[in-house]
Amino acid sequence: MANQSPVSTEQAENQARLSRIRSGLARRHGRERRFRLYGLLAIGAALAFVVILFSMILSKGLPAFTQATLTIPITFDAELLDIDPRPTLQDGQSPADLRAADLRWQRDATMLNWNSIIEQSVRELTGDTQIAPRDLQSIIDNGERFKLRDAFVANPALAGQTVEMQLLASANADNWLKGNINRDLPDAQQQLSADARALADRLYEDGQIRMAFAWHIFTNVDSRSAPASAGLAGAFMGSLYMMLVVIVLAVPIGVASAIYLEEFAPKNRLTDLIEVNINNLAAVPSIVFGLLGAAVFINYFRLPLSAPIVGGLVLTLMTLPTIIIATRSALRAVPPSLRQAALGLGASRTQMVFHHVLPVTYPGILTATIIGVAQALGETAPLLLIGMNAFVAAVPGSPFDQSSALPVQIYLWQGNENRNFFEARTSAAIIVLLALMISLNAVAIFLRSRLERRR
Amino acid sequence: MNQMTEIALENAITSAARPLDAKMRGRDVNVFYGAKQALFDVNLDIGERQVTALIGPSGCGKSTFLRCLNRMNDTIDIARIDGSITLDGQDIYDPKIDVVELRARVGMVFQKPNPFPKSIFENVAYGPKIHGLASNKTDLEEIVVTSLKKASLYEEVKDRLHEPGTGLSGGQQQRLCIARAIAVSPEVILMDEPCSALDPIATAKIEELIDELRANFTIVIVTHSMQQAARVSQRTAFFHLGVLVEEGATEQIFTAPSDKRTQDYVTGRFG
Ligand SMILES: Nc1ncnc2c1ncn2[C@@H]1O[C@H](COP(=O)(O)OP(=O)(O)OP(=O)(O)O)[C@@H](O)[C@H]1O
Ligand SMILES: [Mg+2]
Repeated sequence: MANQSPVSTEQAENQARLSRIRSGLARRHGRERRFRLYGLLAIGAALAFVVILFSMILSKGLPAFTQATLTIPITFDAELLDIDPRPTLQDGQSPADLRAADLRWQRDATMLNWNSIIEQSVRELTGDTQIAPRDLQSIIDNGERFKLRDAFVANPALAGQTVEMQLLASANADNWLKGNINRDLPDAQQQLSADARALADRLYEDGQIRMAFAWHIFTNVDSRSAPASAGLAGAFMGSLYMMLVVIVLAVPIGVASAIYLEEFAPKNRLTDLIEVNINNLAAVPSIVFGLLGAAVFINYFRLPLSAPIVGGLVLTLMTLPTIIIATRSALRAVPPSLRQAALGLGASRTQMVFHHVLPVTYPGILTATIIGVAQALGETAPLLLIGMNAFVAAVPGSPFDQSSALPVQIYLWQGNENRNFFEARTSAAIIVLLALMISLNAVAIFLRSRLERRR
Repeated sequence: MNQMTEIALENAITSAARPLDAKMRGRDVNVFYGAKQALFDVNLDIGERQVTALIGPSGCGKSTFLRCLNRMNDTIDIARIDGSITLDGQDIYDPKIDVVELRARVGMVFQKPNPFPKSIFENVAYGPKIHGLASNKTDLEEIVVTSLKKASLYEEVKDRLHEPGTGLSGGQQQRLCIARAIAVSPEVILMDEPCSALDPIATAKIEELIDELRANFTIVIVTHSMQQAARVSQRTAFFHLGVLVEEGATEQIFTAPSDKRTQDYVTGRFG
């Protein structure tokens, strides 16, 4: 009896403590559930935005990947092809002379009346003798005459023959057939004449005009006079060259500076100052880098205007701080025990860094690089300031040639006056840009998983 | 000749009683971390081919002293040391000394097993590789196998030398770290609480190993376990609040300490 009372008070205290814990439990669990709910909501909202964004871009852009294409027998009317035979090497003629003569011949071939050949062929196809030549021409893309010329230049024997060819319908016909334009608008507000519209509809119903995959989006360069055949090849190569410059310059310089600053630099005022400035640079608006690029690379170093090399250099400057900061934080995250293990064995500082610290930071450095490069890939503003928004109708052969870039092309197409047609085109260009970024990321994820597996 | 053997014999018998030829000597060692002094005038000799245990309550400066012996303190920016520490009579803080060479001669095993995130083979081969100790591949393989055998790990890992060292159990990892340290054939091995993260069986294995290594290496071990110090060491140094209180044969420290603080500590009255 005497020693039961302390036991029972102990029990009572225990009970009291437990009930206090329990009364708090409900609140604690509630808080946890609420927090989880907020997290889910945030992720859900983010996902919803991504889904909306992607479905908007895809629904708008995917139709642009097919385009109204006319399958038509083209008669290379010998009468219209009023041109001498292609020059061949004459006795006593130098190769240079031959080349000049051939160029002259090609120029003449370009001047031939290809539009009439197209017009005649379309008229023949429809059997309509009444329709005006202008209406006939207006349903075929303006650039398709070069397709005829190229076929003829490659094979002059075509004169007098009839061959089946695929010609792109004009942007206006494409709009009309895809229903991008309100069919009830009065004639005055339509891009095509009533005859041309009826013709397009008839050819489409007869299956002579089909929606075919628009390969030329990937192979052609931008075009103003022939919007239907405008493509992304130039901008794509321009962006690729810029990526190349960024990867070749920003990655080694950024990683090396990060390694030096983090592992070797003495910790003093100067390195503090450098660190602050690098952080500041990361926050500088990108357009400022464009101004800097125009002043330094173009005005001072006399690099060519509108060239991917200048764009690449500007984007390198812009990407460097991102890569340096991310690489440094990856280096800082390496556990000290690994460094001690290497140093304790008698590894020098350099050996420690290159044999042990760097290999475990590769995934982090890779992520940093991808973030930086992806950022650079999508950057538009600084490129406008170094003239990359100039209209360039050629695929650049090197980073020193004039060219456009994908984001700039998107910007230019977005502003094109043929809104009905270029709205879809813009989204198509966005899809190409996104596809490029996603493949870049996929490569990074693949490399990272391989690096991580090796460990 | 005869006389030399006799001396050697006598040394072996009484090795526990007094330091032999000191391999390393610390004289008036003071260490500061910034403004805070962590060691005060420490004078300690490390006998060759003996195990010296450093004991004392937490924060008394055992690790600090240990790190002075292979200049690992150099890697701590705010650490400053004065006094002198010699290895075979040569001051290791002499500007002419190359720390890379020093650490090849004085190896270290850390409290937490820290194998490189590489294969078992590469873990052990790394030291010999960077110091150019193996002239060819067979040489290197031999060094790796001998080191693993000396660390009593070979039998357990011989079939998976090329699997990651981080996939081993804690005790195996620590023996791997010991193998890695002895692959460089250092003269001195420093161990900072090498068993604190291990279970009793793994601990027993490592203690056994330390006892075997004593034949070839000079060992300094920091430990919090009196029993461990008693089992593996010949000499023991007791630190308290940055001061070396007492140093002597292990048996004497544990049975007849001359200082009151040592007595309190070894009998478990504080610490
Ligand atoms: N890197 C450091 N920076 C600042 N002070 C330090 C550093 N390392 C150790 N100290 C201080 O030096 C003193 C001795 O530390 P040390 O690590 O040598 O103790 P220890 O005897 O090894 O303790 P433990 O048994 O807990 O490992 C402590 O007061 C500690 O706070
Ligand atoms: Mg310690």
